[in-house]
Amino acid sequence: MRQKGNGEERRMAAKVTVEDVERVAELAHLELAPEETPRMLHDLNAILDYVAELNELDTSGVEPLAQVTELLNAATGELRGDTVLPSLDRAVVMAQAPETDQAFFKVPKVIER
Amino acid sequence: MSGNHLRWCPPRRTASGPQCCRPVIEGRIKEGRLSSEVKKTETYVEKPKPLAELRAEIISGRTKAADLATGYYDRIARVNPRLNAYLSLTKGRALEQAERVDALAAKGDPLPPLAGVPVGIKDVLVMQGAPATAGSKILEGYRPPYDATAVAKLDAAGAVLLGKLNCDEFAMGSSNENSAYGPVRNPVDTDRVPGGSSGGSAAAVAANLAVATLGSDTGGSIRQPASFCGVVGVLPTYGRVSRYGLIAFASSLDRVGPFAANVRDAATMLGVIAGYDPKDATSSAAPVPDFAAESDKPAEGLRLGVPAEYFAEGLDDEVRAAIESGIAALKAAGCTVTPVSLPHTRYAVPTYYLVATAEASANLARFDGVRYGYRAPASESLSALYSHSRDQGFGAEVKRRIFLGTYALSAGYYDAYYLKAQQVRRLLAEEYLRAFAEVDAIVTPTSPAPAFKLGEKTGDPLAMYLADIYTVTASLAGICGVAVPCGKTKAGLPVGMQVLAAHLREGTAFRVARAVESARL
Repeated sequence: MRQKGNGEERRMAAKVTVEDVERVAELAHLELAPEETPRMLHDLNAILDYVAELNELDTSGVEPLAQVTELLNAATGELRGDTVLPSLDRAVVMAQAPETDQAFFKVPKVIER
Repeated sequence: MSGNHLRWCPPRRTASGPQCCRPVIEGRIKEGRLSSEVKKTETYVEKPKPLAELRAEIISGRTKAADLATGYYDRIARVNPRLNAYLSLTKGRALEQAERVDALAAKGDPLPPLAGVPVGIKDVLVMQGAPATAGSKILEGYRPPYDATAVAKLDAAGAVLLGKLNCDEFAMGSSNENSAYGPVRNPVDTDRVPGGSSGGSAAAVAANLAVATLGSDTGGSIRQPASFCGVVGVLPTYGRVSRYGLIAFASSLDRVGPFAANVRDAATMLGVIAGYDPKDATSSAAPVPDFAAESDKPAEGLRLGVPAEYFAEGLDDEVRAAIESGIAALKAAGCTVTPVSLPHTRYAVPTYYLVATAEASANLARFDGVRYGYRAPASESLSALYSHSRDQGFGAEVKRRIFLGTYALSAGYYDAYYLKAQQVRRLLAEEYLRAFAEVDAIVTPTSPAPAFKLGEKTGDPLAMYLADIYTVTASLAGICGVAVPCGKTKAGLPVGMQVLAAHLREGTAFRVARAVESARL
């Protein structure tokens, strides 16, 4: 196992700030009530402090592994042909949406006249 | 195709968000009666009949599939109010299927492999016309218009689909306490959690509310609850079972797998749901062996590895003792046991929580109040509609994970967190590949401790994550495994052994698990 010596830079130890939490909330389309923010800040910092343990490992030159299919020795199936196949009936799908005009999903107005 | 038998139930929406009530259930479960009558720690454990026995009864006509299904619904009506394992029942479809099976049996026609077998489905897999909540308020009222592939395969094999099973919201949790519809209780001790996230699936088998069930496992969500409830749970190889129709959590990790009361039945279930599916590009084209027959082969001569890293500090003494008895039994069954080293194990939990939350933040972007499920009322703009719907629809743990994942993927942090985690993921996977060059299977505890009490860990998310230490490595490496009961603590709580095997070697894991089961520890 390749471990770094002590005193190496700790790239992950960044402390999350209230501004970070607000920025992430915006990116993720989530809201946090003012009373929820301190708890989220605390939890994120605790978790990020913990995951910073990964900095102990020297991973220079290690190819990232995004998913494991490559390890299965080409056992995955061929990609299916690029052919049009019947799909779900539009009316059935639209029936599950909160608001539609049957053809399209309805949302609040995006473009002002 | 009998989804039209289900009663349409429009979602209730209020200004304060969707109501957190159990989805309306066909053949309505009477609530509360049992919970006031029984002692708090009474056990509900009952073993389902083995599949082979049920099959023989149904073929001969001694048992009618319709009577069997009705009997299961009666037991569910009695026991579910206390355990909260089922969220909704699909009686119309179940009884129609049971009658079809009985008609075939009466004619003496050959019956499909699971003909008449009552099974339950974790509520993260979709069933046409039945509620699909994923344990979340945000999907309340959603009735998917199609069957997941694993569900369709069970249906085609003649299984009787009883209903949908409770789980942690979007399969995020290790105790089932993150369900918006209330926690599941462990049938062994109702003061304790059943594990998670597939808590309902494990509890249903342990309490004989189904003969077998389906769950999903992203970081241990089948293996850990199987261990807590004393049943068998299978983590198939990544790609072995199609995820089409599985509500996605972390796509590079998510697997669909079975629970059953014994190893052979779990192997039979896997045989039915496994195989290539053109609707899931990650599904494997590798041939599907007869897993039940594989599980019948003796374990004699198999080389087993025991990693010291899984028996280090933090392992409960009684769990350690039970697993050591299991290993002794495997030696007695003719396996050779050697130490193996998996030194990166301690980095698996941080790696897992970075990879899984990053993927979750992307997968859960689709829940936006536009296409299905809950929409916040009176939103002034599209952006407000998204954020109000998500704020009111998601629970605390789901929000926490979306926050963590979004942060880890955001500009300036991507390399330090997500990329770093993917690099460590390769080191973890390669470590397993090296180990499997020397041994056929690796045996470990499934969880460092037996089932904990409800509420014990809810205040500390990190403590909850750390309990996944023994299960997340196999998730990251894509290998397969079986959690099999391996003795009990003095207090009678089940202990589970985790048997891990290389990619596509489920048969080997079943053989080892069968030997542990046969030792009757």
